[in-house]
Amino acid sequence: MDDSNLLVEVKDLETYFYLDEGMVRAVDGAQFDIYRGKTLGVVGESGCGKSVTARSIMRIVPKPGRIVGGQILYHRASNGHGEEVLDLASLAAQGDRIRSIRGAEIAMVFQEPMTSLSPVHTIGNQIAEVILLHQGVSKKEARELSIEMLDLVGMPLPSRTIDQYSHELSGGMRQRAMIAMALSCRPSLLVADEPTTALDVTTEAQILTLMRRLQDEMGMAIMYITHNLGVIAQMAEDVVVMYMGEVVEQADVDTIFHDPVHPYTSALLQSIPRLGQKLGEGRRLASIRGMVPDPYALPKGCKFHPRCGAFKAGLCDQIEPEMLEVSPGHRVRCFLDAKLG
Amino acid sequence: MIVYIIKRIGMMIPTLIIISMVSFVIIQLPPGDYLTSYAANLRQEGDMVDTDELEMLAERYGLGQPIYVQYWKWVSGIILRGDWGQSMEWRKPVKDLIWERMALTVFLSLISILVSWFVAIPVGVFSATHQYSMPDYLFSALSFIGAGTPGFMIALVIMWIAMRQFGLNVGGLFSREYMVEPWSLAKFVDLMKHVWMPVVVIALGSTAGSIRTTRANVLDELQRPYVETARAKGLRERKLIWKYPVRVAMNPFFSTVGWTLASLISGQTLVAVVLSLQTTGPMMLRALTSQDMYLAGSFLLLLSTLTVLGTLISDILLAWVDPRIRMGS
Repeated sequence: MDDSNLLVEVKDLETYFYLDEGMVRAVDGAQFDIYRGKTLGVVGESGCGKSVTARSIMRIVPKPGRIVGGQILYHRASNGHGEEVLDLASLAAQGDRIRSIRGAEIAMVFQEPMTSLSPVHTIGNQIAEVILLHQGVSKKEARELSIEMLDLVGMPLPSRTIDQYSHELSGGMRQRAMIAMALSCRPSLLVADEPTTALDVTTEAQILTLMRRLQDEMGMAIMYITHNLGVIAQMAEDVVVMYMGEVVEQADVDTIFHDPVHPYTSALLQSIPRLGQKLGEGRRLASIRGMVPDPYALPKGCKFHPRCGAFKAGLCDQIEPEMLEVSPGHRVRCFLDAKLG
Repeated sequence: MIVYIIKRIGMMIPTLIIISMVSFVIIQLPPGDYLTSYAANLRQEGDMVDTDELEMLAERYGLGQPIYVQYWKWVSGIILRGDWGQSMEWRKPVKDLIWERMALTVFLSLISILVSWFVAIPVGVFSATHQYSMPDYLFSALSFIGAGTPGFMIALVIMWIAMRQFGLNVGGLFSREYMVEPWSLAKFVDLMKHVWMPVVVIALGSTAGSIRTTRANVLDELQRPYVETARAKGLRERKLIWKYPVRVAMNPFFSTVGWTLASLISGQTLVAVVLSLQTTGPMMLRALTSQDMYLAGSFLLLLSTLTVLGTLISDILLAWVDPRIRMGS
């Protein structure tokens, strides 16, 4: 892909949590790129480090976690003359520099629209807050801009909703308010952490359509985190599959769905129920056997080998596979592929 | 909101009627009454008993008549004439006795509450945001000691130190010369000179508790996703902490502020006795032990009324600060 469209390069990102029980490598060498105006889907089971990766980019990793290694190169558009490249991982998490980017240029939408909004502040107060913080406008203008944003995300009666509290809105409406808040400063990257997981399917479809439409209108990139491959198929151009804090496979969405190489990706795909697929006569929907390993006692070698259907003794349980490019733009962390020798 | 308040006030009236009945029955419960024991005392000391006066008092309050007649005489006196009855022991109308003490008590308690919050809330928030840091452990240890030490004990210790080291007598709310003086600027200045010590003693105990409450509430709220949302907006950490989690964590304060109304009267009685403060606590205690029934009854009734009123104020405050409750009603 064209390098001038690079927005964020995540390189060997390591975010560890230092707990009393030991150290958890929540993100352990993740590497991927996000391009302007495109959607990167990030998939994986619960606990694979998707959300921590997102929070690392935002620099809001909760304590006792912190970034211990790697780079997050943000290609920031400077007015008119080219771009400046900023390593977000090296900035102070509470510093002025990252705070001027956070919420303005890189914004985030969270999983639980109910609890992600303050119960005691109006929707308008919370949206206008971001605008006031980053845009240097008057309170009156901020309110008008907030109403405009609510209108843009398809909120019915925006000039009334702005003075309502989150508990007065339905789940879908709350998520629309969250999206309005995130997009109010026209960010170049929207990080969406399972924004539709807490919603019913009908509402989910509406929110996904809305995000697609807003992406077309505003041209921002989206980093879409989900465990739902169906949503990935609908939303993403590129896909990153994560397992135990590592990227195990990445490719464009068609390759991931039709030509997956990593056994974990294939297993994820097989565990999606398909319309028209016959499940009778003793055939059951495939699930990935075993559990996500104990984060304090990671398996040696490939972290997926205890659950892998095709693991080779003496290889997979001894040596950790490197990330290798099997075809342009398609990279896999596995020994299986014949081309790798 | 207005309908809600009216409804709540409507519910208060029957509650208060029942409370007044119960308080009256309670003060009647102990055997004998003040007049009998008063007369007996006088006789024992060989004094003359003015039977005319005794009979007049007995007639006025319907002593010896059925309890409902006595109750009616008492309550109608309060409601219709503002007559709270006669303090047998002080030989003064109750209303002349309690109001000045009430005013002093409310003044003292309000200052103590404000001082306590002014200290407890910032310290509690700091402890929560710096959980398991050295200052947090220090504040926790201090507040456990503060909560575990009785107020009268602290009062005694401070008095002893003041006496021993500085030769000061820090008891009371007024200097001797202002004790019975009418209110004046000089008397107020004198009050302010004395008030710090009871304020410190009373505030210490509640500060310790409030620090723990604030810390626990803020810790709970810090985990909520809306805090992360605020952080993701690029807000300054200090600003977002005070605007979001602290704001929500303050709700329990609003819901308990009303209860402090009742503890204004009866609370800190021990401290007041030790420091010889002219507040309502010691007077109520004395009235109860000496069966000074109208004085004791008036205190009981005031106490209950303030509890009911306080609960109402709390509910209104909470509805005002928490939209979830406001809309739900």
